[in-house]
Amino acid sequence: MTLKLSYQLMKAGDVETTLKRLAQDILEKNAGREVVLVGIHRRGVPMAQRMAASIAALTGKEPSLGVLDINLYRDDLTRVAFQPVVRRTDVPPNIDDKDVILIDDVLYTGRTIRAALDALCDFGRMHSIQLCVMVDRGHRELPIEANFIGRKIGTKDNEVVEVKLKEIDGEDAIYVMEKPE
Amino acid sequence: MLKHKDLLGIENLSCGEILEILDTAESLQEVSSRPIKKVPTLRGKTVINLFYEASTRTRTSFEIAGKRLSADVINISASTSSVSKGETLIDTAKTLDSMASDCVVVRHASSGAPHALSKLLKSSIVNAGDGAHEHPTQALLDAFTIRQRKRTLTGLKVAIIGDIAHSRVARSNLYLLTKFKSHVWLCAAPTLMPVAMDQMAGRGNPYVHLTHSMEEAVTGADIIMMLRVQFERMSESFFPSVREYSRYYGLNRARVGQAKPDVIIMHPGPINRGVEIATDVADGPYSVILDQVAAGVAVRMAILYLLLGGHGSTD
Repeated sequence: MTLKLSYQLMKAGDVETTLKRLAQDILEKNAGREVVLVGIHRRGVPMAQRMAASIAALTGKEPSLGVLDINLYRDDLTRVAFQPVVRRTDVPPNIDDKDVILIDDVLYTGRTIRAALDALCDFGRMHSIQLCVMVDRGHRELPIEANFIGRKIGTKDNEVVEVKLKEIDGEDAIYVMEKPE
Repeated sequence: MLKHKDLLGIENLSCGEILEILDTAESLQEVSSRPIKKVPTLRGKTVINLFYEASTRTRTSFEIAGKRLSADVINISASTSSVSKGETLIDTAKTLDSMASDCVVVRHASSGAPHALSKLLKSSIVNAGDGAHEHPTQALLDAFTIRQRKRTLTGLKVAIIGDIAHSRVARSNLYLLTKFKSHVWLCAAPTLMPVAMDQMAGRGNPYVHLTHSMEEAVTGADIIMMLRVQFERMSESFFPSVREYSRYYGLNRARVGQAKPDVIIMHPGPINRGVEIATDVADGPYSVILDQVAAGVAVRMAILYLLLGGHGSTD
């Protein structure tokens, strides 16, 4: 299936400044506390790395980083025809009583985040879990909301939001694409 | 995703499928080091271990693998089941299939038993060792351990030494390692070297080498894989005495010295200390025998995930 470009939501510079702004918001909201950034595979991982670098530049201290693969916690494993590739999960030890910022590129139905919450809870009892996303595109199927949002947009059901990041895609950009009917 | 519903042997797997299993195992390894060693992935799936031969590590390792993925695991051993009342393998297996099992892990003394079941059952069949034919999960966990230590599966010299005649481990490893273009040296006393291996080497597979000289096998080896002398499968005498066997085909420190300086010593277990491997070698710095056991859990988790997780119709 080929997707048709609907419009471009962000250019390279916008992506960079949005990530910086999100990092700043996270710092302000968690002033005086130790945050752990956990990126969800795949694009949450480079997002977390860049935000960690911004936080380090602001505070002089690099926050702990983790990566999370949610495929072992999916609720649709028996329904999907394809089999998701399981990637590495690496959550820092002793996240008990820490404030964990869960990071993902697009917030849509909320099912990925539901799986991520289950996954995180198997690693301990955190003081809080907060959610940071680049784009909130609506259409939630579960009662889940983000604490930090790069951009909130209305979308149609047949649209797909593609976040591109240098580390994976070779460019920084966000496109809204359209599935042909 | 694996092409087949079953895992019957290494012979019919492609390099791509083998790497998919090993990569998945690498991702799943982390689960075993968590404070809560369990993920909900295979919740509601039933895995039955059907073992017609004694086993500690393979059976336990499949059981742990299933449980860490939240599958329900049931163990059946021949001695305590209706098998002892004379029920045939096929009847037993069909009975289990009727209870809606999702996967049956079979170990049987007859070569080809899992293949026969795979044609009759809806459940996925995993071969946990059939006679002297194949033991695919052992070869996969060996490959996992080798890749972890050597960063590659290609271009290595691997010496497999011991009871080649009775060894399904040797066969599965031979298939796997030669697919990746590593040179496998099979070394055994003439009575323990099957004719089939001769044909395999004779058929022009340039990666298979046969020798009766342990020195030739271990010299310059990257990996030495020792096999257990399978006394329980020997109805006659294959060598004059255990002492003589150990002198010619036992691994001791002097022989380890002939291999590469970064050689690793492997053994599928259980080991006969002082027969095929000296105690100080088995417990020594080159030995990765316990790493193999740890790899076994991750690899079996990967296989259960790939066979049972995420399947469905395309609707």
